[in-house]
Amino acid sequence: MNFRHTFVASVLLAALATLAPRSAAAYTVFVSNEKENTVSVIDSEKLAVLHTIKTGARPRGVILSRDAKWLLVCASDDNRVEVYDAKTYALVKYLPSGPDPELFAFHPSGNPLYIANEDDNLVTVVDINTDKIVSEIPVGVEPEGMGMSPDGKVLVNTSETTNMAHFIDTTTHKIFDNVLVDTRPRVAEYTNDGAQIWVSSEIGGSVTVIDAATRKSVAKIKFEIQGITPDSIQPVGVRLTKDRKWAFVALGPANRVAIVNAQTFEVVKYVLVGQRVWQLALTPDDAKLFTTNGTSNDVTVIDVARQRAVKSIAVGRYPWGVVVAPF
Amino acid sequence: MPSRMPANGALVRCVPHSAAACSNTAGSWRAILGLMLGLFCLAGGGIWPTATSLAQEAGGSGATGSPVAAAAAKAEARIITIVMARELRDRLPPLSLLDQPPKDDGVAGARLAIEDNNTTGKFLNQEFKLDVVEDADPAALVAAVVAKVDSGSAFVVADVGAATLLKLADALATKPALIFNAGAPDEGLREADCRANVKHTAPSRTMLTDALAQYMAVKRWRNWLLVVGTQPEDKLYADAVRRSAKRFGHRIVEEREFKYVVGSRRADGGYEQIQQQIPSFLQNAPEHDVLVVADEGELFGDYFPYRTWDARPVIGTSGLYATSWHPAVELWGGTQFQNRFKRLANRNMRALDYNVWMAVRSVGEAATRRRSGEPKDLIAYMASPEFELAAFKGRKLTYRDWNGQLRQPILVTTDKLHVTVSPQNEFLHQFTELDTLGIDRPESACKAFKK
Repeated sequence: MNFRHTFVASVLLAALATLAPRSAAAYTVFVSNEKENTVSVIDSEKLAVLHTIKTGARPRGVILSRDAKWLLVCASDDNRVEVYDAKTYALVKYLPSGPDPELFAFHPSGNPLYIANEDDNLVTVVDINTDKIVSEIPVGVEPEGMGMSPDGKVLVNTSETTNMAHFIDTTTHKIFDNVLVDTRPRVAEYTNDGAQIWVSSEIGGSVTVIDAATRKSVAKIKFEIQGITPDSIQPVGVRLTKDRKWAFVALGPANRVAIVNAQTFEVVKYVLVGQRVWQLALTPDDAKLFTTNGTSNDVTVIDVARQRAVKSIAVGRYPWGVVVAPF
Repeated sequence: MPSRMPANGALVRCVPHSAAACSNTAGSWRAILGLMLGLFCLAGGGIWPTATSLAQEAGGSGATGSPVAAAAAKAEARIITIVMARELRDRLPPLSLLDQPPKDDGVAGARLAIEDNNTTGKFLNQEFKLDVVEDADPAALVAAVVAKVDSGSAFVVADVGAATLLKLADALATKPALIFNAGAPDEGLREADCRANVKHTAPSRTMLTDALAQYMAVKRWRNWLLVVGTQPEDKLYADAVRRSAKRFGHRIVEEREFKYVVGSRRADGGYEQIQQQIPSFLQNAPEHDVLVVADEGELFGDYFPYRTWDARPVIGTSGLYATSWHPAVELWGGTQFQNRFKRLANRNMRALDYNVWMAVRSVGEAATRRRSGEPKDLIAYMASPEFELAAFKGRKLTYRDWNGQLRQPILVTTDKLHVTVSPQNEFLHQFTELDTLGIDRPESACKAFKK
């Protein structure tokens, strides 16, 4: 009972904290902690944890609904997607997800949700209003990365052990092309203009840039860091600024984020962050980048303009996914 | 010093380890290896494995002209059959019920890899099939495999003893076939008796003992008391232990042979007896940091932990041991892999399953990258520097081009959980740290791969 009271009190306090006036450019950052079954809520200006949301087992991918009212969390070991109110952090409902959901993407219209089921070689399509599975699309072994084209016509899914980017037609739910990339592709990210898809290969140590129209590789970016063995350079998270000037690539156990000139594909800088950096998220104004550092249990904040790390914030155990709300 | 791969996909040379890092290593580690590697490193070698050219990569999708449709006609699927050869051997029951080998040991790993290959294969119109051949008689087994190869199967995954493996390799020497040794750790198969048509996914004994020895060096547990069993493989394991001890600067303070002789008061069963026998066997040993047990036959090693005369940890084939796989590994995406296996086999994945999985996946990976089922094509690709395998070890795995051994990180583990993964960070190498495990190129006695 005591616990319950404390819990209610802390929820109330947190709610008050969120209602309190914050500076104009402050955003809310959500970070899933894979081995703590929580989501840490961070203020992008104060750079401090405001609140911790208790979730289901093994939370990984996190995403916001298009209207940013809901925070969706892949509870991988509970085989469901959990929906929370993004402002009050109250649990709204569970969505069916198929087994072991890992990462997901929304159709630009806001519905449906496309979920990669890592353990079952499927992409599951879920209607978030009716809570029903609309379709299941068989893909390669260990599907992970989910990139949605800005026009909503094409979904790109990567499969880690099949080493392909699968191009899926969102009207027919059929794969219409497969592009072989380097080993263990993790993340697929469309450029804001829809012209390119950037795919990271964790074991291959590269990022392949694919032309969306021809589905041909237009560039392959490799990374080299003095004093770091090539084997520990393992690209996972990829994010691009909206103007397609800069790309950021998380390099896993190399403990660095590469800043890439997205026009010339040149790596211009490696920023030292926490350990085993995986996922990344930019603030809506592209001013700050948040990185999840799995084994050092923190999140590093990179100032995009200055190209340097400004702070690391302790979160829960094994931070995995990260998303930034526009408020 | 940021650098990059140019967009035209030209080959890139990596920056060698900094001289500072090298001299550090030589300073802290007096092991001969450390010094040797330091010198190599200062000399400035180090080549990144050849990056696949962009043109070739683009050819992956576009150059064929037509996108690969998911629903490609099944009738045209190229069938690639993989033969698994098992030599059925008599074994005494293990000391622990938990170690009872399942009937499908290794075969379940093959089945999982076939499933994985087929999931990818459906996008490329390739279909993989498994054909298991087993026999207790080596001659009959070899004959059966030869018949399979003659009828068109080019890839053989072997879980056989060292002698049978050589017979099999020689029987297939002139045929377009490739054997993967998934079971035998024998050094000889990779050294004087190496064969050009054999690749080894099973780690060699020296890879295993080097993995332990590196960690012992990190711990500075330098003085070893070695206990060796009577079986031939125990003696081979002890040979590997002696070599690793020398290589990484350890000292074997004394060796004792643990014999099973009826009436010796050492063969008696029952915990009451064992807890008397083991300490008395280990009494009056010189000062040591760890007890190293060489008992590949699994006949007595597990009796040693917690029963020693001196309070010392046990390593070797019992206690802290080295292995290619452990069912508790969640590192590097291992969770999904373990789950897939458990769903398929209703049991935990063992090292043999993993070794077989890597063999079958090697064929699958080659077939995917070459978009071919042509044995010659795939065998050549697997022998090329472009080949790399992702196998839940956190980095790409490649085959050593001087003896066909798969390079791989080795888990150093207790029965329940891994303690560390070797190579240890402190040991550097001019080409790849993975070559600090096992016999390295300059020392190799293998001639079969020399062109």
